[in-house]
Amino acid sequence: MSKEVLNAKRLLCPLPVIRTQDKVKTMATGDILQVVCTDPGVMQDIPAWCRINGHKVIETVSDDMEYIIVLEVG
Amino acid sequence: MSKQRKAVALISGGLDSLLAAKTIIEQGVHVEGINFFTGFCVEGHTHAIRKKDKATPKRNNALWSAEQLGIKLHIVDVIDEYKDVLINPKHGYGANMNPCLDCKIFMVHKAKEWIEENDFDFIITGEVIGQRPMSQRKDTMPVIANESGADDLLLRPLCAQNLPMTLPEREGWVDREKLHNFSGRTRKPQMALAAQFGFNDFAQPAGGCCFLTDKSYSDKLVDLWTSRGRKEYDLDDVMLLKVGRHIRPKSNFKVIIAREEGEARFLQGYKKEFINMNCASHKGPLAMVDGEPSEADLLVAAQLTARYGQGREAEFVDVTIREKDGTEKVVTVTPMKADEIPLQWMI
Repeated sequence: MSKEVLNAKRLLCPLPVIRTQDKVKTMATGDILQVVCTDPGVMQDIPAWCRINGHKVIETVSDDMEYIIVLEVG
Repeated sequence: MSKQRKAVALISGGLDSLLAAKTIIEQGVHVEGINFFTGFCVEGHTHAIRKKDKATPKRNNALWSAEQLGIKLHIVDVIDEYKDVLINPKHGYGANMNPCLDCKIFMVHKAKEWIEENDFDFIITGEVIGQRPMSQRKDTMPVIANESGADDLLLRPLCAQNLPMTLPEREGWVDREKLHNFSGRTRKPQMALAAQFGFNDFAQPAGGCCFLTDKSYSDKLVDLWTSRGRKEYDLDDVMLLKVGRHIRPKSNFKVIIAREEGEARFLQGYKKEFINMNCASHKGPLAMVDGEPSEADLLVAAQLTARYGQGREAEFVDVTIREKDGTEKVVTVTPMKADEIPLQWMI
């Protein structure tokens, strides 16, 4: 199992979702991806993308500047 | 046992594509969604960078549609490829800078490539004859099928009964009798079908799904091209045209002034790429200067920046000007009065 970090700062949705989608394609089931974003929209969109594509959101963290989503590849 | 047929549905996030996909899912076809991101899509959370919108829950309606339908959604970045569509539209622009017919041809063509790469059988769109003035007319819908290369692999479930039979209908992959005959701009048949399917919370974008149909946005894009002397753009240009107040005092520079905290936070990310400024003696917005301003131009930009801060009525306001390398200087200016800003400066 590997853990990777994706920097999606400064990108507006849906680009963080697209970058997440493209990154996940290169990863294996069970791998962990941490996505770091600045668009608050990711807090809705990446979990929605995970739900419809069979991945699991493990953790979401946010302050006023950054939004971090940790997911497990399904 | 007959082969499970597979279709890819162009999902915009609006009601029509939702209904078109659902119509085909109901016939037992395996459907997956595809959504193309051109950079100009209203879909997404462009407005979420504006703080005042934060109270409103934001969602990506294409993802939401896919979730309602229980299908996968493939979001494809076509920003670079789309440039040629926008800059050189064979069929021209609509009311603003919207190349709707070329855009639809491009997207269906991309969907055709996708079904070939992924072993799918046909393509679904939510198009309805007469629904849109440019891309959804009786005479232009065959153009989309032909010029995209999709030909009779392109099925429009909502108006299929008004169109010649497509391959999926001829082969019996779908039952034409269970498709629809919608036409025109009325939304009543769609609303009735939505009720029949149990959809009661769907997006109804008033101005379409593309910033290019918006006059204000199109004006800013044309201004960008005019100021550069050539039609070109990159993603940062596209993003910045969506943010802030754009004011062009002279052809060699414009000022982008954040309208609120959310926009200011977004613009912070560009501080190393633009000369930027904000009021030092009063609260005020972050402003970016795009172009090649002279020292005198920067003072005009500072006066404009002061105009939109809390010191707008003050006699003097200190404004900090930051170069791209981070070096700073403070200038003292008199805020520009509202009636001193010519209307033609406002893009």
